[in-house]
Amino acid sequence: MTGELGQLAVCFALALSLVMAGAGLLGARADQAAARSIANGAAMGMLVFVALAFGVLTYAFVVSDFSIALVANHSHTSKPLIYKISGVWGNHEGSMLLWVLVLAIYAALVAGLQRGGERLTSASLGVQGLLAAAFFLFLLFTSNPFGRLDPAPFEGAGLTPLLQDIGLAIHPPMLYAGYVGLSASFAYAAAALMVGEEGWTRAARPFMLIAWIALTCGMALGSWWAYYELGWGGFWFWDPVENASLMPWLIATALLHSALATEKSGAFRTWTLLLAIGGFSMSLIGTFLVRSGLTSSVHAFASDPTRGFFIMILIALAIGGALALFAWRAPTLKGGAAFEPVSRETTLLLNNVFLIASCACVFVGTLYPLVLEAFNGTKISVGPPYYALTFAPIFFALLLLVPLGPRLGWKRGDLKAAWRSLYPALGLAVIAAVTVLAIITPRSVVAAMAFAVAGWLIGASILDLRRRKGARASAFAAALAHAGLGVTLLGVTGTTAWRSEALTVMAPGETIVVGPYTLRFDGVTEVTGPNYVADRGHIALMDGGKVKAMLRPEQRFYTAEGQSVSDTAIRTTGLRDLYLALGDNRGGGRYAVRVYVSPLAPLIWLGALVMALGGMLSLGGRLRAGARAPVAEAVAAE
Amino acid sequence: MTKSLFLFLMLMAAAPVAAQSPASSGAVSVGMSFSDPAMEARARNLQRQLRCLVCQGESIDESNSPLAGDLRRLVREQMVAGKTDAEIQDFLVARYGDFILMKPPVQPNTWLLWLAPFLVLGGAGAVAWITVKKAAARAA
Repeated sequence: MTGELGQLAVCFALALSLVMAGAGLLGARADQAAARSIANGAAMGMLVFVALAFGVLTYAFVVSDFSIALVANHSHTSKPLIYKISGVWGNHEGSMLLWVLVLAIYAALVAGLQRGGERLTSASLGVQGLLAAAFFLFLLFTSNPFGRLDPAPFEGAGLTPLLQDIGLAIHPPMLYAGYVGLSASFAYAAAALMVGEEGWTRAARPFMLIAWIALTCGMALGSWWAYYELGWGGFWFWDPVENASLMPWLIATALLHSALATEKSGAFRTWTLLLAIGGFSMSLIGTFLVRSGLTSSVHAFASDPTRGFFIMILIALAIGGALALFAWRAPTLKGGAAFEPVSRETTLLLNNVFLIASCACVFVGTLYPLVLEAFNGTKISVGPPYYALTFAPIFFALLLLVPLGPRLGWKRGDLKAAWRSLYPALGLAVIAAVTVLAIITPRSVVAAMAFAVAGWLIGASILDLRRRKGARASAFAAALAHAGLGVTLLGVTGTTAWRSEALTVMAPGETIVVGPYTLRFDGVTEVTGPNYVADRGHIALMDGGKVKAMLRPEQRFYTAEGQSVSDTAIRTTGLRDLYLALGDNRGGGRYAVRVYVSPLAPLIWLGALVMALGGMLSLGGRLRAGARAPVAEAVAAE
Repeated sequence: MTKSLFLFLMLMAAAPVAAQSPASSGAVSVGMSFSDPAMEARARNLQRQLRCLVCQGESIDESNSPLAGDLRRLVREQMVAGKTDAEIQDFLVARYGDFILMKPPVQPNTWLLWLAPFLVLGGAGAVAWITVKKAAARAA
């Protein structure tokens, strides 16, 4: 019965999304106030029904209702509650339901906040209604989460053990909040093209920020998960699915910067619109890559050509429609701000140039092999060395420019003064590079350069924070986000350049030395978890003759799914990780053990956190300003 | 179960390499390794350049799959046989195709792949240049 309730709720939500699309688009006309009320109501109603459908599915997972095929295929009674819940989106159908839930939340927010005026809001809701309708149809016709099994099996098939992890329980909702968050900017941009309203960037900015924060956190979570779960100490693999989240992030970052220029000085009007369209297009393409089964990874739950085809049509309509609207309406926009070559506008433009080029690297690197194979069957692979030669130098160039931007005025800046004010940051950069070259082995020029850039970024941010004491939240926010980039760069460099490792077979009582650590293997015991059995290694971190700490990496065997997964043991000082993974039993109590010592690894995720904090600070400032003052005043205060 | 069986087979298969390598001591690590650090570093570097054909995302240096183990063994056998890095890569490409290389070769069907990022950079740069020129003309 509950399953049918969920199904019915999705059907109602589809109907409401169509109402929202029609009424919203009609409400873009000044004299259609009634249509606008209907669109607002439909947005709220749609959220209610999608939430109901999602609640029903979650309930089915929690109570292990195996008469629903999805639950039977992806859950198991022995799973801990949290993984029963996260199992809802640990599969294709459920994750698409989550996708439309997030879409409905954003539509309800757009309707509730009414930013940028009634007509702009209404037209945005119209666009969001169209998107939602397309995804509801996709859900109902190719990915129904509520399909039944008769007779219902006695037990479910379980969830891939790799996904039974707290990081991966939060990672998809976070990433979807980012992906779908870009749909709000997309809708606002399309609405602005219809209504011709200026100030859409201001209306859409909180949504851009939320999407960007969520993408940043989502990617960081995903990379952190890969680090501790896959057992190889790596944090980024340039996997197509990782790339699928990196591309929207790069475009969202470009959008945040370009929209700032549009809002503050009226520059790059058409370009910002195009970026808003491009950002969500990247989200859609990412979804296509992941959901179509074109790429094989832990994320590709099912390969079904119908779904891929459906999403491809959806992408073509969404992107094509938006671009057609753009081509039709953009020429009517008032364009052409006036600014001097040395100005903040120029730095923001350069920011966009480098971000677009970085995104192009990822885009081509991800799609080229697929296209080539489809074209003439040639298989090539594009791995990390490609990105090291293309993405890395372009992104490096961008990072060099970052500190200059906030120091140049709008319209006209003083390059000499900006440069002079950056001397301390330059000093920090030189010190960082020299220290690295002088002290740390193995000596690496690339690492020294990376440290110089990180010092340059962090130094400039510290100067910003000091210089603007008591200043606006937005300046602090930018400084924090830029500092976060530097911190992440330190982490990436540290682990890449100076990681030491040992792959060895150890007998009980044996000790090894890896980097500064002495480790003693104390054997393995068997333990039983809620839904797995594990070999738990006991490895003592020695200090002199004494045991300083015990580390317990596990090799878990999930009985329901019949798969093994390693559970690493990581001991961190905050600046260095000692990372242990237990391998296979080699007989006689001997086990394979992998040890990594990763200097600065935690900084990778700390930096992302700092970036996200910067975003949140900016968001907070925006919402407060929005609540406090009418538009004109708030702009003046920025 | 199957996994440990595979690893066992892999180790069995690896045994001849350890015997061939001139200074193979008792300290055999996971899989197989040369006791000469320079040789080992060379092998690891080569392994990182080669993609596991089964898991696709990982290099044969990282992958747990039995095929990756076979490929690691192959790389090391070739090294023992005195082949250069380039010869080993060529050998593997002849056998498995370009797909095995993490770094796509620069050849006519990958020119676009290698050039595209810089074409976009150049194009975007040109647009930016024109935009700034126009804006400056308006400001003047």
